[in-house]
Amino acid sequence: MTLSEVTKIDGVAGNFTVTVKEAPRYVDMEKCIACGACTEKCPKKVDSEYDAATGKRKAIYVKYAQAVPLKYQIDPANCIRLQKPGACGFCEKVCDAGAINFNDTEKIHTLNVGAVVLAPGFEAYDPTDAKVWGFGVYKNVITSLQLERYLSASGPTEGHLIRPSDGKPVNKVAFLQCIGSRDENLCGNGYCSSVCCMYAIKEAVIAKDHVPGLQTSIFYMDMRTHGKEFDQYLERAREDSGVRFVRCRVNGVETDGASSDLRLRYVNEEGRQKEEFFDMVVLSVGLQTPKHVLELAQTADIKLTADNFAATSDFAPVQTSREGIFTCGAIAGPKDIPQSVVEGSAAAAAVADLLAPSRFALTRQASFPAEKDISQQEPRIGVFVCHCGSNIAGVVDVKAVEEYAATLPDVVYVERNLFSCSQDTQNMIAKRIQEKDLNRIVIAACTPRTHEPLFRETLKAAGLNEYLVEMANIRNHNSWVHSKNPQDATAKAKDLVRMAAAKVTFGDSLKPVAVPITQKGLVIGGGVAGMTAALNLARQGFEVHLVEKSDTLGGNALNIKHTWSGEHVPTQVAKLIDKVIWNDRIIIHKEHTVTAVEGFVGNFRSTITGADGSSKVIEHGTGVVAIGGEAFLPKEYNYETITRVVTAVQFDKLFELKEKHVKQAKRFVFIQCVGSREGDHMYCSKVCCTHSVQSAIALKKENPERNVYILYRDMRTYAQRESLFRQARKLGVIFINYELHGKPKVTENGPDIDVEVWDHVLHRPLKIKADMVILATAIRPREDAAELGKLYKVPVDGHGFFQEAHAKLKPVDFSTDGMFVAGLAHYPKPVEEAVAQALAASARAATLLSKTQISLDAVKAAVDENYCDGCALCVDVCPYHAITLVERAGEDDRAKGRLISVNKAKCKGCGLCQGTCPKRGVAVSGFTMRQISAQIQAALAV
Amino acid sequence: MQDTKKIGSVMIVGGGVTGMQAALDLADAGYYVYLVEKSGAIGGAMAQLDKTFPTNDCSM
Repeated sequence: MTLSEVTKIDGVAGNFTVTVKEAPRYVDMEKCIACGACTEKCPKKVDSEYDAATGKRKAIYVKYAQAVPLKYQIDPANCIRLQKPGACGFCEKVCDAGAINFNDTEKIHTLNVGAVVLAPGFEAYDPTDAKVWGFGVYKNVITSLQLERYLSASGPTEGHLIRPSDGKPVNKVAFLQCIGSRDENLCGNGYCSSVCCMYAIKEAVIAKDHVPGLQTSIFYMDMRTHGKEFDQYLERAREDSGVRFVRCRVNGVETDGASSDLRLRYVNEEGRQKEEFFDMVVLSVGLQTPKHVLELAQTADIKLTADNFAATSDFAPVQTSREGIFTCGAIAGPKDIPQSVVEGSAAAAAVADLLAPSRFALTRQASFPAEKDISQQEPRIGVFVCHCGSNIAGVVDVKAVEEYAATLPDVVYVERNLFSCSQDTQNMIAKRIQEKDLNRIVIAACTPRTHEPLFRETLKAAGLNEYLVEMANIRNHNSWVHSKNPQDATAKAKDLVRMAAAKVTFGDSLKPVAVPITQKGLVIGGGVAGMTAALNLARQGFEVHLVEKSDTLGGNALNIKHTWSGEHVPTQVAKLIDKVIWNDRIIIHKEHTVTAVEGFVGNFRSTITGADGSSKVIEHGTGVVAIGGEAFLPKEYNYETITRVVTAVQFDKLFELKEKHVKQAKRFVFIQCVGSREGDHMYCSKVCCTHSVQSAIALKKENPERNVYILYRDMRTYAQRESLFRQARKLGVIFINYELHGKPKVTENGPDIDVEVWDHVLHRPLKIKADMVILATAIRPREDAAELGKLYKVPVDGHGFFQEAHAKLKPVDFSTDGMFVAGLAHYPKPVEEAVAQALAASARAATLLSKTQISLDAVKAAVDENYCDGCALCVDVCPYHAITLVERAGEDDRAKGRLISVNKAKCKGCGLCQGTCPKRGVAVSGFTMRQISAQIQAALAV
Repeated sequence: MQDTKKIGSVMIVGGGVTGMQAALDLADAGYYVYLVEKSGAIGGAMAQLDKTFPTNDCSM
């Protein structure tokens, strides 16, 4: 439901009545074919929201070229006709589909739902009002979001970075961080927006790719690249790409007058006043809750934090203050894409926990017409050539490709589409298949990686087997890479179409492979993440085996007293353990580890072995790896020789016990990044800055006379944690910045501990006399992570943490189907992120466990018993261990001997067996020798 | 709280990456989903980004 807003939520969890107001689109979605004729004629130009006002759109428009649904809409505030009846109306005249409806009206829908998930997102801070940045005054001051659009191939300059004021090339650009964040004076947003440091680095690196020789400088206070692999990217940006980093707060942007260059004045790290000129200044704007979301929060009757984000508990990070209403994404605090995606899945898990009894009560199965038997038919190929807007048609002469395709053997129908992937074209293709009795389809468009599933659905909808389609990638492999040689690109597009047609000619109808699912889960690790995942799966109705190596549940959380927001961890962990123990769907295996694994998605068999040496086998459909991390024990800073140099975990214990030395001590020094962000451990442990700040606050509150120092490299109190940093500064905690090349020195000197550090404000070495030194030590992966990973064929990264399938879009999935990851095993993280990830892993597992069988892709290796002689060459090359040797079943001597058998569930259809086989005894369906040979011959037949 | 029958459908307010992910997971797990989006098309803020770290994938 687009153009729609929630105006009322009545009822209780499990049974809400929601009122939704749908604004008029003035375009009939059923009729609009997104041809674009209306936009072309529309005389009214306004700033495009999608392009962040860097480009223009018309009053009738689509949000962006790949929009879903791809239907035009009229912006009533800017439409000449809607503002002045009788005027204009050009769009209506040119619309052949008759889709324009100026009399469209607002609709009110009343819907009955069991739960509501609020995912309304954020808005970028608007720096206009702050005035000092010159935004809206000087044209060459732009926001980071605008830079994204300038750098984008679909943006206003098609990816060319030019100065908005005069169109001249950009040579020197400055990024100013914390615009609209960490700033209570100018914008009132005291929190850190969490994502801007990282996106500024990314934009700087990409801008340098676009403009060779471009000088980029990032002006920042603290570099907050705390996410997975972020610090490595920061180092590469600095060392390899040559991005310059300047630690300072710039106070404003001035212009140089005639040249439109921009002047920045700042105090550099040596304490000198500097003045520097730039062609362009990019404001790294923060994230904030927009006004309409504040209204939504009021409508939903949920509580907000002081920073205007939805209030949630660290142990229930997607649950709002109103039961049955959940959140995910930036409404509950500024966060990056992976964490937002994690929370989306986590919210799904939380909803499923609530609504599990009504699962499948309201869903409908998609129905497809009966499949046509084409085995006896001659090939009748239909070719659809996509323009992809101007992506393909801007380079390739698509009309020539169309004409050429019509001349190919067995091709009976050819057509061009503006966007072959749009919904209306999909419907049209299905219609053509039926009208023209087509039985093989070629889509000359983009990559099958992203779009093949879509076209398969189209074929199914037309009653044709979904495997009778072949894609010719005339965009990624052609128009994009040969954009400077249109003639060659057109010739290559013809080649690609000819090859695809040749291959599909010999295509067969294939049946997907159905594999039954064991509807049980396995969770490895009994910490907060593991227990959360197990509990959620159990409450969704699935039996779960929880395997814990030690003799206690609780994991690393047993060492933590408070979360960053002050929630008491021991109470929450005790509650969680209680729930897990008393849930009769959870079977707990303490003092057990996984020692052997066989099987595949839906059908795993894991052997677990106990401390006493006894083993048992667990059958399960999915698995969650939540084995946690380990606290690093340092050797530096004389940790091993000075007793009053302790780790943060040790200090917490001593502080809680009101130990004598801590109680009496007056001088404390915290040292950050011990074992993090250096050498082979180039990653941030994410929780230590916040933790030290919390400890420092507690020490100061207990006795304000104490001197508390925190020696840091970048203070990473990200998101709403920034309030703790502010509080610590107000309480008089002293923060001293050090660099990696000038690490503090810690020595024992009689009753004192001497800590020497270079002070960047005073520009001289500083000696602090301390009673106690607390080392903020790193979080390390478990030693046995890689070993466990091998059992399930899931990878660990260079640091030893588990590697997810995709950093952004599949943050809790493994590349091995059916396996998921959560908690510290994936990367250091605070409690609420571990809990969200655990819920997400559970939601992802439940998408499989809720079904009795899964249907797998039909592209699998198949044995030809006539040719296979059991030589077994293919058994060794199969990376998925899907091939085994079996005895032939035949009676007579000739048939005796061995041959191979392929486990279709394990087989990924990679084709290594086919390439290895000297006898043509095995072939991958959809890629048979006949098909590939036809394709190659077509390639050579020019 | 066994009194009321629970409705097997969910409303997701917001069609950005996080809302879409919630919608997909719920639909795949057997719940009927209403995805409510304020603007004319789903996609949210991520659709505006040029490329994303670390794969430099196009955000589409």
